[in-house]
Parts: sequence; structure tokens; C-alpha cells
Amino acid sequence: MTTQTPTASKTIMSRLPLNWLGVAPFALFVTLFLFLPTMNIVIGAFQNPAGEFTLANIQGLNTPSIISAYWISIKISLASALLGCLVGFSVAAAVTLGGLPKWIRSPLLTFSGVASNFAGVPLAFAFLATLGPIGLVTVFLRTQIGIDLRSLGFNLLSFWGLTVTYLFFQIPLMILIITPALDGLKREWREAASILGASGFQYWRLVAFPILFPSLLGTLALLFANSFGAVATAIALTGSSLNIVPILLFAQIRGDVLGDPHLGYALAFGMIVVTGIANTIYIWLRARSERWLK
Amino acid sequence: MSDPFLLIQNVRKAYGDVTVVKDFSLEVEQGEFVSFLGPSGCGKTTMLRIVAGFEVPSAGSVVIGGKDVTSLKPNQRNIGMVFQSYALFPNMTVGQNIGFGLKVAGVPKAEAAARVDEMLQLISLPQLGDRYPYQLSGGQQQRVALARAMAGKPQVLLLDEPLSALDAKVRVSLRDEIRAIQKALGITTIFVTHDQEEALSMSDRIVVMHGGMAEQVGTPYEIYNKPTSKFVAGFVGTLNVLDGTVTDPATGAVRIGDDNVVMKQSLNGAKAGDTLSLALRPEAISLGKQPGRDASIGGTISEVSFLGSVIRVRVGLGKDAVSLDTFNNPAKPPPKVGEKTEISFSSADLLVLH
Amino acid sequence: MNRFWAWLALAGGMIYFVLPLLGMTEFSLKMRRGVYSFDAYARVLADPKFQETFTYSVVMALVTILFGVLLVVPTAYWVRLKLPRLRPYIEFITLLPLVIPAIVIVFGYIRLYNTSSWLPLTGSVFGTNALLMFGYSTLSLPYMYRAVDTGLRTIDVSTLTEAAQSLGAGWITILSRIILPNVLVAVLSGAFVTLAIVLGEFTMAALLNRPAFGPYMQLLGANRAYEPAALAVIAFAITWGCMALIQIVSRFAPKAPVNPH
Repeated sequence: MTTQTPTASKTIMSRLPLNWLGVAPFALFVTLFLFLPTMNIVIGAFQNPAGEFTLANIQGLNTPSIISAYWISIKISLASALLGCLVGFSVAAAVTLGGLPKWIRSPLLTFSGVASNFAGVPLAFAFLATLGPIGLVTVFLRTQIGIDLRSLGFNLLSFWGLTVTYLFFQIPLMILIITPALDGLKREWREAASILGASGFQYWRLVAFPILFPSLLGTLALLFANSFGAVATAIALTGSSLNIVPILLFAQIRGDVLGDPHLGYALAFGMIVVTGIANTIYIWLRARSERWLK
Repeated sequence: MSDPFLLIQNVRKAYGDVTVVKDFSLEVEQGEFVSFLGPSGCGKTTMLRIVAGFEVPSAGSVVIGGKDVTSLKPNQRNIGMVFQSYALFPNMTVGQNIGFGLKVAGVPKAEAAARVDEMLQLISLPQLGDRYPYQLSGGQQQRVALARAMAGKPQVLLLDEPLSALDAKVRVSLRDEIRAIQKALGITTIFVTHDQEEALSMSDRIVVMHGGMAEQVGTPYEIYNKPTSKFVAGFVGTLNVLDGTVTDPATGAVRIGDDNVVMKQSLNGAKAGDTLSLALRPEAISLGKQPGRDASIGGTISEVSFLGSVIRVRVGLGKDAVSLDTFNNPAKPPPKVGEKTEISFSSADLLVLH
Repeated sequence: MNRFWAWLALAGGMIYFVLPLLGMTEFSLKMRRGVYSFDAYARVLADPKFQETFTYSVVMALVTILFGVLLVVPTAYWVRLKLPRLRPYIEFITLLPLVIPAIVIVFGYIRLYNTSSWLPLTGSVFGTNALLMFGYSTLSLPYMYRAVDTGLRTIDVSTLTEAAQSLGAGWITILSRIILPNVLVAVLSGAFVTLAIVLGEFTMAALLNRPAFGPYMQLLGANRAYEPAALAVIAFAITWGCMALIQIVSRFAPKAPVNPH
């Protein structure tokens, strides 16, 4: 196999295109419906209506309302991703590493599958019915306990409102992704650390956490993108009253609310850049931390 | 004799209704290498984990160096352990792995680094300190695991089937290396294995375990040549088990197949007509009459397997059959199936099993 | 102590997850003043718009699943068999839809396939439906591909292929008679995730102006009080049903070969 006679390399040459032909439908599909549309937005962001190169669209983003839309979006995404990671990790750790009985595991994973897919419009309805002005919890707290959420500054159509709502799919997603990673921690590592004199905390700091770090980062980046691009929940929850990027872009695509169609491309391009940066940070940190992986 | 260094007293371990270890006691001298040998499920690994502190015994105690450690956590016991699956930390280099115990113990950096170098020398991998575990072979990983276990100068070293994940060749060479290192450092060691060859070749003493109990404790020589029970005899080495009918308890005459053999061993008060279980090692039997062998039985050759330097022959003796080994002799053709023959052995090698 | 915190965390989580479900259920039953009733459900289910959009989305989901299977199974199979070094790249590509927001992708569609473009898909109803279906396929690609690829891992692709070839089977026969039945369970779990995604999808359908279930729910939410909660309960039940089906189906999955050590 290793010695390449001229005939052998010839067969490889003639066989190669045929092998590649097998992935041609897939390549065509992702080109037409993933790459080209995305590229189109990226290019459009740097073109004026006449098709000439310009930076004006990008500069056009520099208005207080658009900047603040990005800022709120990033804050919400970061908060819901970090909290989702933290809570989801704690729950998954409690279930996989003891503390909780084993039978909880299977229903928990099933529920996580359901809840992580229960996003979008119905999720917004559920939270409106619970924490909205006449929602179950709001009314209960006001009439039975005398706490008025609204006067305490809580509003579903706000940073915290959206974050709390997004957590409903972020936490389960984290549980779903991190549970296999936690299962991958071998019992022997913990035992080896322990018999070498390490405390539980030292085991986590020096062994378990560094091993989990790449998965944790990846999930964080994924959760970030997940809530950054969430349109349906936000629109169903707030109508168009909250100034976040996906809502702004949605309105812009529906009808030209920014007064400049090409500003829409710049807005969408900005979204790609933000999720792109999140993932680049992830890939970079992962590469740094993963020298020990094959 | 001084006080035993490691003392296991009447340990019992039960999970619910299942008792895995039943009343296990053992005394180990300082520097001794003791193997727990037995089939899977015999309780040997559980017993080891009790010594390590991963399992709390339901009853009994473990004393190391005069101190009762039964209620201590694993990280307070100063024990080294090597796992079957190596259990090296994948995120650390070889050097960091070996130095882990020193690091968590707060040993000064320079001192720890010197100790790590020393350990790397000991396992003859001085140039691999900066590699990651995935870059090493299985045998190298297990040597690193051994170095990691020894770096903190533990009182006791526990080896949990450390060789069973390795290929046959590496297994044999690592076997010798572990034993050499253990002897050089004089560390008290418990070695768990299901491989009788490993246990026989490495140990000062062997504990054969069966059903959660120590079936027999003794030197490899005693265990192999003087098994006290059918289980030990069967588990350690190949064994021919024969039925013999007592014909004359006074002289010790027993009928096997069509012939009588006079036993050297006591018949344990068996009466004429009783059936005894008798054991005979293949290497104690020869084909045909041999000088110095006082017992012989006639039989028929039923099977011949050519194994290279050795030929294994099976000889039918009435309703029983025995295996025996003869050396391959190029000048002489091997025996044929169906031939009438005679086996001879020394009657002192014929053991009565309980 | 550890156990106490674990239970506390679980209890807190339960409250957080149960309350909204409780809230929406309770709210959906409150349409008639003073008593609990199923009025909101009756109203929703009787709405012809509900039936129309729901049927539309179910049909779209089925077509998407069919297309997804035809696209993903041969590709994943081929990559495992002939181009294993492409696997990391393909895997990366299939994960992209999780990173690029759906709204950006559909914006690209609108611009790329509008009436004045080289491929004017949005010019006709059929074309727009097809475009939406491709969009759904893109969104479900990460789940579909992972499911199928995991399923392929449990069978020995190359041995099965060689065995079939030695018996004279062609590629189509191998794929449809050998590979597909063996990964059917994986395909089905991918299919149910796709169903759940498509039924709830809002952004793409709304921006392509198709009468799908997602935009209908949003519209109802903007105009009514109790019906949306009833819809949310129904949507949750559907999602739960899809996941339950995955669980049931995976019981029949062949187990991955167990490593001896």
C-alpha cells in the first residue's frame, strides 16, 4: 500500500473525482443555502445600491440606537449563556457525579430535550402567562404576598425578563451537551487524584475542570449564538418594543425601518461578526488548552 | 518477627444483601510483595479498594504502620496506587503527572522537580517528561503511573491489575521491572491479579481468593505445589483431577482406573470404598515407566497436541483422563492416538483434595 | 451536605421549569370568567387558520425530513466509507447553522433568490415553499447529521458495503436496503427533532411570508389573550410527543459495540 507504483497512483487519480462526486449533492446544498446567502450578506454590507464598494453601511451602524441594540443583545446573550452554563453544569454535575439518585437522570435528559426545543413563540406565551402583567406568579405575589414585581422594577420586556426567559432553553441545552462530557470523566482520575492526596477541590481545579474546559467553552459559544440569534421568542414576547438586534433586523427586512436598505446588510453582517468573534475566541482558547488532545 | 506493617483484621464488605468480602484477615510485613489472586468477582479488587480507602468496610479494620486508617479518607492515607486503565491525567505532561502528589502536598517546586527527575530515571524514561500521556505507549503510560504512585514515598503501594491492559510481551517485561523497582525501594506492595503466572512470578506471598474469602495464603511454591483445596489447585496451574476409590485405608492403597496406587499422603480417615478427589500436575507425570517413579497406571492415548517445544498428551484412565507434557524429541515420533500406554509418577505428587 | 445542595439545586430548577408550564396551562383554562374551562382550546382548534397553518407546517416538516434523509444519509455514509479525512470539515459545516443566526440566513435567501435574481425562487408559491423547505433543512442539518453519523458509527459500514457488493448489490440497493434500515432509529430521532423545529419555526416562515404555524402563533399572540396560552400548551405537548417518540424509537437502537477494556 505504501509503495506507489505509477499504475497505482494513476488509479488513485482517476478514482479521486468519483469519490468526491459522492459529496457533491451535499456540497451543492450547503453552497446554495448556507454559504452563498451568508456571503451575499457579507458582500452586501460593503456595497452601495449601485453595487460599488463602500464602508458607509458599516459606518451607518454607528448610531446610538443601533449601538445600544447590539449592546443589549450582547449583554442578554452573554448573561443567559453564562447563567445557562453555570446552572446547567451544576445540575448535570449533581446528577452524573452523585449527590442525586440515578433514576433522575433519564427523565431529566428527556425533559431537557423537550425544553431545549421548546423555544420560540410558545415559550414567550408561557412566560407571559407566568410573569406577565396578569401572569400566574405576578398575580399570586401581588394578591397573596403583597409583592408587586412591577414596582420592584421587574419587567418581562427588559434585559432580565428576556434573560430569564432564554434560560428556559439555555439551561436544558447545557445539560444535554455537558452530560456526556461529565460522563467522560473517568472515575479512576478522581480516585488517582484522591489517593495522591488531593482534596475534592484540588481534583476539580487541577484535573476535572481543565479536562472539561474545551467542552465548557464550546457550549458557552453555542449558547451565546443561540440566544443572540433568537428572534421568535423576543418578538412574541415584546412585539417590537425592545430594541435588540434580531428584532431590529426583522423589522428592517419586513419593511425598511432604517431608511436605508443596505444598512440591513450591515446589521446582519454585524450579527455574523459577533457570533463569529464568540466562536473565534472559543476556537483560540480551545487550541491553547487542548495541546494534550490528539 | 516484628509487628506486621499492614494489618487487615476481619474485614467484611456487603452491598445490601450481597456480601463481597467475608471475614478477610491478613498480615503483611514491611517490604513484602503480596498478591491477591482469584477469578473476577472473588472480592480481590474490593479488598484492595478497602485498603485504599475508596470503600468503607462493613466491619473490621485496616492498620498501616501501627495506625488504624479504617476511617481515614484516601487522601489522608499516604498510599500509592496504580490502576488497570493507567488513569494518567490527560491534561498534564508526564512530569506534571508524576509531580501531582507533590504539588498538592505543597512540596517546594525545586524539590518536587528533582524528585520527578529521580522518578523518571527510575522508570528509565528520563527524556519523556514533557510528553502528554496520549503520546506514550501503554507500557510507558503504566510506568509513568507507577512513578506517579511512588513519587510521594507512600507507605504502601497498591497495584490493581496494572498489566492486564497491555500486550503479552510488554506485560512480561513490565512485570520484572515492577518487581525490581519494588525490591529496590523496599515498599510494601499489594498486587491484585487474575493471572496466576503474574502472581507466581512476582510475589513473596499469594492470597488466593474465592467467594470473598482467602482460600489459601502462602508462598508461590506452597500455593502451586501444595494447594489445600480443589479450588486453589484448579485455579493455579493446570491440574488433573482424578477419582480414586479407597481399597485399603491401612496401607493407603487407592484404585485409579485399573491399577492401584499407594498414597503417601494421609487419606483423612477415608474408609474402604470411599471415593476421593485426587490431583496430579501434568509436569509430575511421565509417559511410560521412568526410574524413580514409584506409581504407574495403564491407559490409552486419547489426544495429542503438538505445541512446539512441548507435546501435550491426554491419556484416558478408565472414566478419567489426565494431561501430561513431554518434551518434543525430533529423533522420536510423537505418540499416536489409540496406543496403549502407561503413565508413571511419584506417589508423593498425588494430592488428596478437600 | 453535598447531597443537600444537589437537592436544593434540583428543587430550584424544578420550580423554574415547572412554573411557566403551570402558568401557561392555568392561563389557558381561564377564558371563561370564574371557572376553568377548555374554551380557549375549543376556540383554537376550531379556528380554520389553525388547521390550515398546522397542516401546512406538518406537510413542510415531512417534506423537509424526506429531503434531509436523502441528503444526509448518503453523504454521511459516503464520507465514512470513502472520505474519512473530510469528516471533521463536514462536521464543522453541519454545525454552522447553530452559529449563523437563522435570520441572517433567510435574509440572504431573500436577497439571493428574489424575483430579479438568477434563480427567482421567491417568484412563485412553489418556489418559495421550496426555499423555505431548504431553509428548514439547513436549520435541522446539525441535528440530522449528528444523529445519522452517530447511527453509522454503531455499524461497520465498510464491511457491510463489501459484503453487499460481493453479493452484487449496487449503490442504491446498498443505501436503501442495507444502510438505511440499519440507521433507521438514528434517522427517526433526527426526523422527530426536525419535526419539532419546523413546527415551531417562526423567523424564516414569517420573512418568506408563508402561512406556517409559527407566524400564526405569533399573530394570535399579538391579538388574543387566552388562546396563545392554549396554543403554547398544544405546542409543548407536540414537542414532548416528538421527544417521547425519539425515546421510544431509540429503545430499538442497536447498541454501540462495547470496548473490551
